[in-house]
Amino acid sequence: MNFLSIFVLIPTLMMLGLFLSKSRKQIQAVALTGASLLMIMAGVLTYLYLAERVAGNSAEMLFTADTVWYAPLNIHYSSGVDGVSVAMLLLSAIIVFTGVLASWKIDPLPKEFFLWFSLLSIGVFGFFITTDLFTMFMYYEIALIPMYLLIGLWGSGRKEYSAMKLTLMLMGGSAFILLGILGIYYGSGATTMNILELSKLHIPIELQRYFFPVVFLGFGVLGALFPFHTWSPDGHASAPTAVSMLHAGVLMKLGGYGCFRIAIYLLPEAAQELSWIFIVLTGISVVYGAFSAIVQTDLKYINAYSSVSHCGLVLFAILMLNRTAMTGAVMQMLSHGLMTALFFALIGMIYGRTHTRDIRELAGLMKVMPFLSVCYVIAGLASLGLPGLSGFVAEMTIFVGAFENPDIFHRVFTTIAVSSIVITAVYILRVVGKILYGKVENKHYLELTDAVWYEKFSVTVLIVAIVALGSAPLWVSNMISDSLIPVIGQLAR
Amino acid sequence: MQYTLVILLLPLLSFLLIGLLDSKLKPSLAGNLGTLSLAIIAALSYYCAFDYFTADRVNGVFQPVIMQMEWLRFSDSLHIDLGLLLDPISVMMLVVITTVSLMVHIYSLGYMKGETGFQRYYAFLSLFTFSMLGLVVATNIFQMYIFWELVGVSSYLLIGFYYTKPEAVAASKKAFIVTRFADLFFLIGILILSFYTQTFDFATLTAGNSNILSETAGATFLGASVLTWALALIFIGGAGKSAMFPLHVWLPDAMEGPTPVSALIHAATMVVAGVYLVARLFPVYFFYSPEVLAGIAVVGAFTSLYAAVVACVQTDIKRVLAFSTISQIGFMMVSLGASGFEGHEGLGYMASMFHLFTHAMFKALLFLGAGAIIHAVHSNEMSHMGGLRKYMPITHATFLIACLAIAGIFPLSGFFSKDEILAAVFHFCPILGVVMSFIAGLTAFYMFRLYYNIFWGEEHKHEHQPHEAPKLMTFPLIFLAAVTVVAGFIPFGHFVTADGMLYDIHIDMTVALSSTVVALIGIALATLMYRKPTQIPATLAKSSPGLYKAAMKRFYIDEFYLFVTKRVIFNCISRPLAWFDRHVIDATMDGLATITQQASVKIRGLQSGQLQRYVLVFLIGVLLAAAIAIIVYLA
Repeated sequence: MNFLSIFVLIPTLMMLGLFLSKSRKQIQAVALTGASLLMIMAGVLTYLYLAERVAGNSAEMLFTADTVWYAPLNIHYSSGVDGVSVAMLLLSAIIVFTGVLASWKIDPLPKEFFLWFSLLSIGVFGFFITTDLFTMFMYYEIALIPMYLLIGLWGSGRKEYSAMKLTLMLMGGSAFILLGILGIYYGSGATTMNILELSKLHIPIELQRYFFPVVFLGFGVLGALFPFHTWSPDGHASAPTAVSMLHAGVLMKLGGYGCFRIAIYLLPEAAQELSWIFIVLTGISVVYGAFSAIVQTDLKYINAYSSVSHCGLVLFAILMLNRTAMTGAVMQMLSHGLMTALFFALIGMIYGRTHTRDIRELAGLMKVMPFLSVCYVIAGLASLGLPGLSGFVAEMTIFVGAFENPDIFHRVFTTIAVSSIVITAVYILRVVGKILYGKVENKHYLELTDAVWYEKFSVTVLIVAIVALGSAPLWVSNMISDSLIPVIGQLAR
Repeated sequence: MQYTLVILLLPLLSFLLIGLLDSKLKPSLAGNLGTLSLAIIAALSYYCAFDYFTADRVNGVFQPVIMQMEWLRFSDSLHIDLGLLLDPISVMMLVVITTVSLMVHIYSLGYMKGETGFQRYYAFLSLFTFSMLGLVVATNIFQMYIFWELVGVSSYLLIGFYYTKPEAVAASKKAFIVTRFADLFFLIGILILSFYTQTFDFATLTAGNSNILSETAGATFLGASVLTWALALIFIGGAGKSAMFPLHVWLPDAMEGPTPVSALIHAATMVVAGVYLVARLFPVYFFYSPEVLAGIAVVGAFTSLYAAVVACVQTDIKRVLAFSTISQIGFMMVSLGASGFEGHEGLGYMASMFHLFTHAMFKALLFLGAGAIIHAVHSNEMSHMGGLRKYMPITHATFLIACLAIAGIFPLSGFFSKDEILAAVFHFCPILGVVMSFIAGLTAFYMFRLYYNIFWGEEHKHEHQPHEAPKLMTFPLIFLAAVTVVAGFIPFGHFVTADGMLYDIHIDMTVALSSTVVALIGIALATLMYRKPTQIPATLAKSSPGLYKAAMKRFYIDEFYLFVTKRVIFNCISRPLAWFDRHVIDATMDGLATITQQASVKIRGLQSGQLQRYVLVFLIGVLLAAAIAIIVYLA
């Protein structure tokens, strides 16, 4: 146990508190306290991390700790963070916090909802602090399972179907991951599952060739890699607001993080050799998602396809295998996490009032709920990459990084990926123009109210984070970029 | 010159203040706040210009002043800085932008009075001013791109200011997407340029003796040097913002925005960003890619001709002015394209910047005048006007001054800048010079067609008696008219030249005389046709109905775009793709699930729980196993 374990401990205590709480008030109090604590701790961690770095601690991972858990298989409970994980923890804390606020009035069964929600948080936070392959996998599974219940019970529309589909497809992915982890473990001949130790060993290239695609594909499913992305539109559309937020905001990032931390870091030679396969697939993801989003009519579907496009860009950037692009990939994870959570929060709030997500039925919301509408415009502008908001910084870093690969193949796919900025503008402005502007057509809408305090709070936190990342990106980008040196070292080996 | 930072930060502050408080602020307070901050930065800009241009020249050129800080780091050599670069053109732009913006701020106090969203309007105006100032003082091409996008979005927000009007919403969307499309090329151009040169910095790129560029010029792609590719792509970005053919389609529609916005953004400042971009990178274009520069001249000339022809038949006064703007920006582009670098050869560059300056003033004046007229008659259509000179004397006088200036009549500012452009173009290529002179004649014609249709001609019956605009609106008109009258006498060559050296302008008498004659012919024709109601326009339109209709429909460019976006992208790409996603990819996944389920249904019968059946299967199994064992044994 060390400082980092507090991120797993807090949600665990939250669960305990929820068990004991009796009224909705108590449930809300416990959930909010826990989520706030997580936010504070993430802030403290970031500060401590940066202070350590400034003080000259140049270890690859900081705050490392190691406890033997199951000796026969060399499974340890080991933890440690670098700049990338700190960034992801910060993101997760923000999303969990805003997610709690967004589901403030969840009905029915608030207690159960928050219980599963906390369990999901354990999985997410655990995943980002651990450095042991097996523990990582375990946390990954912990994050997946509650999703099934959260969607199946509290969802809307074809919720059982969507929940089943999402869980099965992601479980399929995790089967690949397990296979890959075992491959790495036995292939390296190591007596450890610690990533830092494994990276020092050399896995024969023949084995790497088998296991790189397996691991990348496994995590890629979660990162909505074409053609394994179809769980995302259905899943997100059926999920309750907070779950969509957490899922698109954080859980999809587990995919990108895993690809980067395991597939690229531990299997670098194969990554260089076989990256082209996935560059093609992710390149398709980027434009395919964007083009599909143009014709959707359900707000959540639009956002889900947009996520396919944006998360495709994350994986695409990771595969560029250079420091600039990878920094951009992590920035994009942060940026996409924040803005997609904001989108889902807003869609949830709009849906809660109008009871429809069909853009053909919505119009003129700007007049009725100005606060939510303005926030929606800001989210849209962030999504289409307006400078000063987070999307721009991330995308530009990715594009500059991708351009560092001078061969024709990379150039072509980079150009394809870059062209998504136009298509994104098309579908974002289409939605904004349709639902927010114009005249109110449905007379009932005139009686609708604007956001209440907890909604405003939740949305404001996300917007502040988006603006902060977008207008003062240097410290985040440096923190991430410095942590990528070992990965680049692996690739150059 | 630290105080110049205030010029940049004050509008941002005012945007945040007005934008965040919004309706909590009283409308008048918001308006006054925005106007006050603009007045302060305008004063600072004038002081800055005075300060900058009175400093000593070093080796004959004004020294650039650079202040910057790192904003985002990509790699060891590539990083985006935010800061200020003060050099002759950026200082000139500071003056242009703050002047026009201040006038528009004052004018809007009257024009927008009582509109809902008055505070929002002023917040957006501040945002725009901030972005535009950031664009012109950019120290590096990426900073320029950042602010380039920001002006795009401010323009989007302001065009769509009347967001309950479907036309305004559509126009704002169109403007953003068309320019975004052009920006895509701009961005790729920047990426290529920065990959080979490893810098974004304007100072490094435009330094006369930089090795970086000569080395880059060596690399080729598809027969042209990568530098040429990059510069051509960057120009496409500029062409989008500056509404060059065929990316001009958004500008006429952008007139759906409030008229003062059209004056500020779509006449004087943002639309010349493309010209400014080329001017900013002029040494690179000139020394490393003269073929692109020639291409710019051709694009500029064609656009100018196209827009002038279309402007002759439009009936919406703001549309006429919009096409006129496109045409005049074409003049600036041609002039840059035709320019050389040193001394007299560099006349085109100087003339282009000069025209940018004078055009900003008189075109803003025209738009603001048009706003006053629209305010009075509540319509954009020429047919609803006529005979207004009696009711609106100040608007009439200032509008006339602007029309004479744009037609190029001595001694108004347009005469000087246009004359120099023509001189430069004649020097570059006489045929192009003749074409541009012809366009100048067309300009005079359509501007006076507009003028006569509004102020003379047959009087339209109005519900209310049209009346002169309030003082808040006439003051900017008078101010800009005064600038238009005197600006021609500014010794522009003393401040802004291609190589930075001092240059004395000489009026080329042959060009000056011929262009004046051409302009007078244009005016005379318009007088003949439109001063009093005649049958000549109708007869002319009938004599070539095809051409007339095509020009009226802007030569069907918009229809073409609509076809591509609606039919091709929406119906032929996106729809099938979405179908494919649901019915092929997703169906495959569902299919896998169904197969699994079916298989389990099929084999479920085996686990029936009937003992007899288990025994039977067991026996068959044993027999089969035995048989196989025997066969294997025998073999």
